[in-house]
Amino acid sequence: MIILQGGTVFGADQGVADVAVENGRVVEIGAVSAGPDDRVIDCTNAWVGPGLVDVHVHLREPGQEWKEDIASGSRSAAAGGFTTVVAMPNTEPAVDSGQMARYVHDRGIEAGVVRVVPSGTISLGRAGKKLSHIDDLWAAGVRIFTDDGDSVADAGLLRRAMEYIAELGGIVAQHAEDPGLAGHGHMHEGAISSRLGMIGLPSMAETIIVERDIRLVELTGCRYHVQHVSARATIDVIRRAKAAGLPVTAEVAPHHLAFTDRLVESMNPVAKMYPPLRSDEDVAALREGLADGTIDCVATDHAPHSAHEKDVPFEEAPRGVIGLETAAGAINTSCALPMEDFFDRMAVRPGQLLGLDTGPLAVGSRADLTVFDPALTWTPETFVSKSANSPWIGHELTGRVRSTIFDGQVSFQLGEDAP
Amino acid sequence: MSLLTIEGMEAAEMSRLLDLADGFVEVLDRPVPKVPALQGRTIGMLFYESSTRTRMSFERAAKALSADTMSFTPSGSSVSKGESLKDTALTVGSMGPDLLVVRHGSTGAPWRVAEWTGLPVINAGDGAHQHPTQALLDCLTLRQHFGSIDGLRVAIVGDIRHSRVARSTAQAFAAMGASVTFVAPTTLLPVDVNGWPVTTTSDFDGLISDLDVVYMLRIQQERGGGDVFPSIGEYVTRFGLTRRRADRLPVHTMVLHPGPMNRGVEIDPAVADGPRSLVTKQVANGVAVRMAVLFDQLSGAGSR
Repeated sequence: MIILQGGTVFGADQGVADVAVENGRVVEIGAVSAGPDDRVIDCTNAWVGPGLVDVHVHLREPGQEWKEDIASGSRSAAAGGFTTVVAMPNTEPAVDSGQMARYVHDRGIEAGVVRVVPSGTISLGRAGKKLSHIDDLWAAGVRIFTDDGDSVADAGLLRRAMEYIAELGGIVAQHAEDPGLAGHGHMHEGAISSRLGMIGLPSMAETIIVERDIRLVELTGCRYHVQHVSARATIDVIRRAKAAGLPVTAEVAPHHLAFTDRLVESMNPVAKMYPPLRSDEDVAALREGLADGTIDCVATDHAPHSAHEKDVPFEEAPRGVIGLETAAGAINTSCALPMEDFFDRMAVRPGQLLGLDTGPLAVGSRADLTVFDPALTWTPETFVSKSANSPWIGHELTGRVRSTIFDGQVSFQLGEDAP
Repeated sequence: MSLLTIEGMEAAEMSRLLDLADGFVEVLDRPVPKVPALQGRTIGMLFYESSTRTRMSFERAAKALSADTMSFTPSGSSVSKGESLKDTALTVGSMGPDLLVVRHGSTGAPWRVAEWTGLPVINAGDGAHQHPTQALLDCLTLRQHFGSIDGLRVAIVGDIRHSRVARSTAQAFAAMGASVTFVAPTTLLPVDVNGWPVTTTSDFDGLISDLDVVYMLRIQQERGGGDVFPSIGEYVTRFGLTRRRADRLPVHTMVLHPGPMNRGVEIDPAVADGPRSLVTKQVANGVAVRMAVLFDQLSGAGSR
């Protein structure tokens, strides 16, 4: 038996309690006395809740294993308190068939520290021309379909995908970025891009795609998920769609809640990702949207790149930052959500997107658990991930995952698996 | 201490460098235009974008100060074999230069080279961002001609959006007291110039009789950004410094261009070669200004 001792438990009438785990399940919540063979994990001053779920990570396998692979990405996820991650399908080759999805799933099982849920592409080869093997992907367990990395720009193709996926009950997830408006933009279009002389990527490139897609949701009834929402105007569009009762959800990435385009003034490519870091008013709107629930969940868009790939001028650098190990601390630092909302946005609602039975802890719950200390301060320097392209290096965070339990086993313990 | 940007440089500092440059203008006028000021010093030049005047100007400046130069251009070099900017910078840096002059097509590249090598770096143009020695040579040219930059009415006309010259020179002119107007269609203006010490207009003809200086820019098709105006003909009609338009300038108004010029596009050949043109003066002053900057970096106040 594992006993998580003395934490504030999400579900136990919001009080301090011990949580006992055995055979992959929560078996007792309350005052649990430890026997000689039990492993006791001290959870004093920490929150104990359902394992975190990240619906948007890039594990880079197959094809770019020098950046990350499914095993290293799984360990990185466990170190961040995650017990379930959704692997994006923009690998090489792309996950556009059941065979590819099964490969990703099986490699996740082999790694064994987090549930790796494959997503599949909308278009064959992620080329934006023809539908992928949607039925085949569905049969292999794929529930989220996305061409992430690129927008599905062709509204006709997206309509057909939505009609098809709606019948299955799956989710179309969109990397919303109109290619014409985005152009060759390197950073948020605004005062700073103008001053730096870099081509900007306007907020409107995102908003206009979401506006369009919501018309297709009205038409098809398909569940639609907006990936890494970054712009204030997009949140307004999502809010209206939800008010109209449409099956629309959205995620936000921790870096968009923490940084603005001012970070680009460092010229360091660690500030480069798509969608780009935007303005103060966008950050304020994203925080508000996450707090009021318009934005359903946090998703890291964990995008590893090795040091030599980022050690170039900003405009030549690949896009993306890692985020799994810093996400919980970063969200606590920038948003300071109460415990219930923290677990709601980082575990319960993203889990529900995948059809997982995530919720407040109860006897019988699956023993996927996260122990998060909201007051522990730390400064990220090194990572479990193969890559270290994190914008939080050198930035103090308040809040850190101390332990992660996956399927009844300790998958991460601070002090043992990370300093 | 590197010279990476003109942003934030105060008028007094610019004037100090211009005074230094005045002295080197005099040196360049001598029968033997060479001084031993930087004898034994080596200047590494990394030019990742094609350049005639800036590269030759830096070389001429270095040699007039008796410094040695080592030049690097990407074609026919290790870059064509896939070497990264960082590795090239570290390689060149290991050969013992005292300073690097860097031109690159990407914003911020000279900052990165300075960070990687720990050497002082002069930015000789990064993307559409900064070109500080161009700003200083333009200031020198105006100061020589008008005596002072303070109070001059300057129009910078053309492809402002993709121009590092506009970004640097406008800031320098404004810091020295000029009033600067950007003249361009919206598609060639920076998206957001709030807080810049400039006004903007797309009506060239509306202000042409109220100018002391017209600074023409080339259309930088190589910087991309898609179609930015309907046709060259339409552009010339509204924004070219045609002979007819030049005739409407006040008699004392002077014309500058950072080069290379596209004759018949932004500037009529007769205007480029006419009595208003300070274009060749700019090029000559470029050598003196670069001598001033190199000297300042390696043995003057800027080296401390």
